[in-house]
Amino acid sequence: MDMHHPLSSPDGRIAAQDAPRKERLVVVGNGMAGMRTVEELLAKAPDRYEITVFGAEPLPNYNRIMLSPVLAGEKTFDQIVLNSRAWYEDNAITLLTGEPVESVDRAAKTVTSASGRVVGYDRLLLATGSMPFIIPVPGSTLPGVIGFRDLADVDAMLAAAAKGGRAVVIGGGLLGLEAANGLRVKGMDVTVIHLMPTLMERQLDPSAGMLLQRELERRGITVLTGADTAEIMGGERAEAVRLKDGTELPADIVVMAVGIRPNMALGKAAGLECGRGIRVDDAMRTSDPAVFAVGECVEHRGVTWGLVAPLFEMAKVLADALADGESAYTGSVTSTKLKVTGVDVFSAGDFSGGEGTEEIVFRDAARGVYKRLVLKDDKLLGAVLYGDTKDGGWYFSLLKDGADVSGERDTMIFGQGFGGADAGNPNAAVAALPDSAEICGCNGVCKGTIVQAITSKGLTSLDEVRAHTKASASCGSCTGTVERLLAVTAGDAFKAGPAVKPMCKCTQHSHDVVRAAIVAKNLRTMPEVFQALEWTTADGCASCRPALNYYLLCAWPGEYADDYQSRFINERAHANIQKDGTYSVVPRMWGGLTSASELRAIADVVDKFAIPTVKVTGGQRIDLFGVKKEDLPAVWADLNAAGMVSGHAYAKGLRTVKTCVGSEWCRFGTQDSTGLGVKLERMTWGTWTPHKVKLAVSGCPRNCAEATIKDLGVVCVDSGYELHVGGNGGLHVRACDLLAKVATEEEVLEYTGAFMQLYREEARYLERTAPWVERVGLDHIKQALVEDPEGRKALHARFLFSQSFSQDDPWAERAAKGVDRHEFSLLAKVG
Amino acid sequence: MDQILSVLPDDAVWTSVGAVADIPVLGARVVRTASGDVALFRTADDAVFALEDRCPHKNGPLSQGIVHGRRVTCPLHNWVIDLATGEAVAPDEGRAGHIPVRVENGAISVALGLAAPAQGGCKGGCHV
Ligand code: SRM
Ligand SMILES: Cc1cc2nc3c(=O)[nH]c(=O)nc-3n(C[C@H](O)[C@H](O)[C@H](O)COP(=O)(O)OP(=O)(O)OC[C@H]3O[C@@H](n4cnc5c(N)ncnc54)[C@H](O)[C@@H]3O)c2cc1C
Ligand code: SF4
Ligand code: FES
Repeated sequence: MDMHHPLSSPDGRIAAQDAPRKERLVVVGNGMAGMRTVEELLAKAPDRYEITVFGAEPLPNYNRIMLSPVLAGEKTFDQIVLNSRAWYEDNAITLLTGEPVESVDRAAKTVTSASGRVVGYDRLLLATGSMPFIIPVPGSTLPGVIGFRDLADVDAMLAAAAKGGRAVVIGGGLLGLEAANGLRVKGMDVTVIHLMPTLMERQLDPSAGMLLQRELERRGITVLTGADTAEIMGGERAEAVRLKDGTELPADIVVMAVGIRPNMALGKAAGLECGRGIRVDDAMRTSDPAVFAVGECVEHRGVTWGLVAPLFEMAKVLADALADGESAYTGSVTSTKLKVTGVDVFSAGDFSGGEGTEEIVFRDAARGVYKRLVLKDDKLLGAVLYGDTKDGGWYFSLLKDGADVSGERDTMIFGQGFGGADAGNPNAAVAALPDSAEICGCNGVCKGTIVQAITSKGLTSLDEVRAHTKASASCGSCTGTVERLLAVTAGDAFKAGPAVKPMCKCTQHSHDVVRAAIVAKNLRTMPEVFQALEWTTADGCASCRPALNYYLLCAWPGEYADDYQSRFINERAHANIQKDGTYSVVPRMWGGLTSASELRAIADVVDKFAIPTVKVTGGQRIDLFGVKKEDLPAVWADLNAAGMVSGHAYAKGLRTVKTCVGSEWCRFGTQDSTGLGVKLERMTWGTWTPHKVKLAVSGCPRNCAEATIKDLGVVCVDSGYELHVGGNGGLHVRACDLLAKVATEEEVLEYTGAFMQLYREEARYLERTAPWVERVGLDHIKQALVEDPEGRKALHARFLFSQSFSQDDPWAERAAKGVDRHEFSLLAKVG
Repeated sequence: MDQILSVLPDDAVWTSVGAVADIPVLGARVVRTASGDVALFRTADDAVFALEDRCPHKNGPLSQGIVHGRRVTCPLHNWVIDLATGEAVAPDEGRAGHIPVRVENGAISVALGLAAPAQGGCKGGCHV
């Protein structure tokens, strides 16, 4: 390679003296940022430098972003080359590929490559990019474990895919999902494991992340969220991935796409100031004025970047600096798009917001669209779009320009095309829909059908539209749209029906509509409910979240992952919060029975943890008041050791089964009321219900256990058992209604299980049995439980099925197994 | 990306208290300080906020509430408190003490010295 200046004579020294030698620019890294800088520089000062480029990869400069389409088979490598070797020649640039630079001597101003070549510079540019971060779990260095960074990685993936088999992709961010999609398209069986609860959580909010997950699952990709890798197993090469929960996923190839690390080793070894990357100032200059850096390898104002747009902005500034200009790079606003064909995802800016931000959320369940804008002081701060990203560019420019959007605020969520005369009128959005737009997903009714029915039959109310078209007649999630259609089509004739009471301010739907929709539309997570039922807030509120959590838990036993952050503190901490922030602890005493050893253990716990108050409750057990939250797991451990479990005194679930002494001792007792109470409590403990449930069994009609003001009370008589339901003490005392009289304990248990399940499935959250029985009527309950023995048995079976998942003592899980440890420990102690 | 919430004096003293990942999403953790407990909240989009762990109503521990959007609902009597400002949401009136937070690289620090004081409610030492 001729490293001499074209003008130099055979005697270089003399020539260097007569003709001014060009300054020498050496670029380390033949990637996107480095070459963009060179392109910009050539445009500004074409003859200024004698340029030498070192590239570690044996390739000309290519568009790294497009590796995903290459993997998916949508593009060939030739189509993604940015600058061919001819381009370097035409611009008199010396390109040395397959030749990484190994060291920089800043004093001598030379670089040395792996092949031992030494090249001098006047100015040096480091553009070494970044490297995939490989989680250092056991097995991470086995053959078959690869990153997703360069063409060699793509080739390795394509080679694996050619053999079929299974791929595990670790990391559900942009890169991981593009790799997963490509491997899936190439016929592999793909599982994505992602540490966080939702995909691409850095770019997308949970709602959009959930929609994305559904779409990928629809394409046959298995997605495991909240999954942490423990180890990569295998002898010669990777064979399986083991998760921390013990799950083993067989794998022929493992792609690690959990993040990138700026590639700053060369800069660091050369003694340049480094943080997370090579530190540069606003002119992209490092701590050595002769050395510049650009791209993913730099840290600028404390920030590192991993997308091309900011790198290109840096390249422009840097080219200017190399040409002695004075522009400054001050940071970027970025946007992200996922390059998976057919999946439209866009996000930009900062949707974590800050003081005084407002949100606008739009959901169109029928079209699978979700949009969320974050505003502050009449400016757009961030945007997340799923399903309809056509306005992404518009939002991004509003955001970058810091434009005042007060004029568009009310309608901007509908997109740029929306506005003008109709601005501010949501009916206009409906009017603008094509006739073929599906309005009611449950019944497959499109707009044209509804409009035709309204005009031809002269319909004026929602009920009439429901009767004639079935639109909005099932889950009701399209009710708002149908009402708007009525308003637009029937005009003044439209009469809004009596408003149903919405669950809370986040939705227009009532409890009953939401519950029905969860089952009818097969909604299995909270974000799915938010999307399908068009919630107006991103993550609900303190009133709807606990209700939805219960409805989902009840609908999908054993499947739905209980969301503790949606539970009131008592249920989250498994103890009752007191006015001073301490907690009370109530161990279960089955049927009100206790023993010397239990009492002794309670006494020991009281001494050991200096518990200030011990009280016998109205529910026949003992309450320990004033326990510090940090002490709870240790208190529970001691109680567990004596055989006691949580009494759920805090739960919307079974509280107590109160009993009297009954036939065992009492001279009036007709049956073993204490024993039956214990059996009932053993069957029903641990259940979650719309509100708390209390049972009781009295041994005779003298009713010492106050069974006739319980949710379900049993009064024993000579000939069997009377079952009373729907009573409570409390604010409005209500005595029970007599439901039935049965002959055996087995029947008592079956009726009780069935009653519990009917209440669980039908009552609204926070509705106790008394108001529920009054609302639906005793006849309805008799119909379901007494007159329909098959139905009763089925209810009882469903109750037992759901109990099979809920009868784990929550105290033991926390005391011995360390569940939710964060709940009971301080984040930090300072000062 | 880094999250710096408001413009603060350069000489602010930042105390590091842990990582964003240590706080459950839509949850809170407590930092015990010499001047009382501070609650650190994490929202669905990973923003972190710090408030004195005392409700302006009757000193309820806000860290034990349900976090939704950018708000927390007090566990004792359901006042709703804005996390970014500590203000009680109308019709309730009062403000919880609010502490500046900085998140860098997933690490949280707080400027305890720059706490905006609480307003309204009980200021007695009912519980700390
Ligand atoms: C401890 C206890 C009082 C006592 O010292 O005896 C008690 C204490 C509380 N009751 Fe009760 N109730 C207790 C028996 C009762 C009874 C009597 C009974 O169960 O036989 C009733 C009337 C019967 C009934 O429920 O129908 C009762 C009706 C209420 C009510 C009103 C319920 C209603 O439907 O109107 C509430 C408020 C609520 O739940 O929303 C309530 C709420 C509470 C709460 C949970 C208040 C709260 O939310 O913080 C108290 C918490 C105590 C704690 O921290 O442990 N407590 N409460 C009793 C615990 C029983 C147990 O062993 O689990
Ligand atoms: C699969 C994939 C998809 C992507 N999709 C997008 C997207 O959709 N949108 C987006 O904005 N960004 C995307 N990116 C990120 C984007 O590609 C990078 O931000 C960009 O390429 C970084 O440019 P760079 O020049 O800093 O680093 P690189 O492009 O990595 O270039 C650095 C070069 O330096 C070489 N090098 C390193 N050390 C040495 C050495 N000592 N000597 C010589 N050479 C060396 C490396 O081999 C490499 O060729 C994607 C990245 C990947 C991998
Ligand atoms: S009666 Fe009132 S004060 Fe007494 S324990 Fe029940 S809720 Fe608390
Ligand atoms: S103490 Fe917070 S609402 Fe009462």
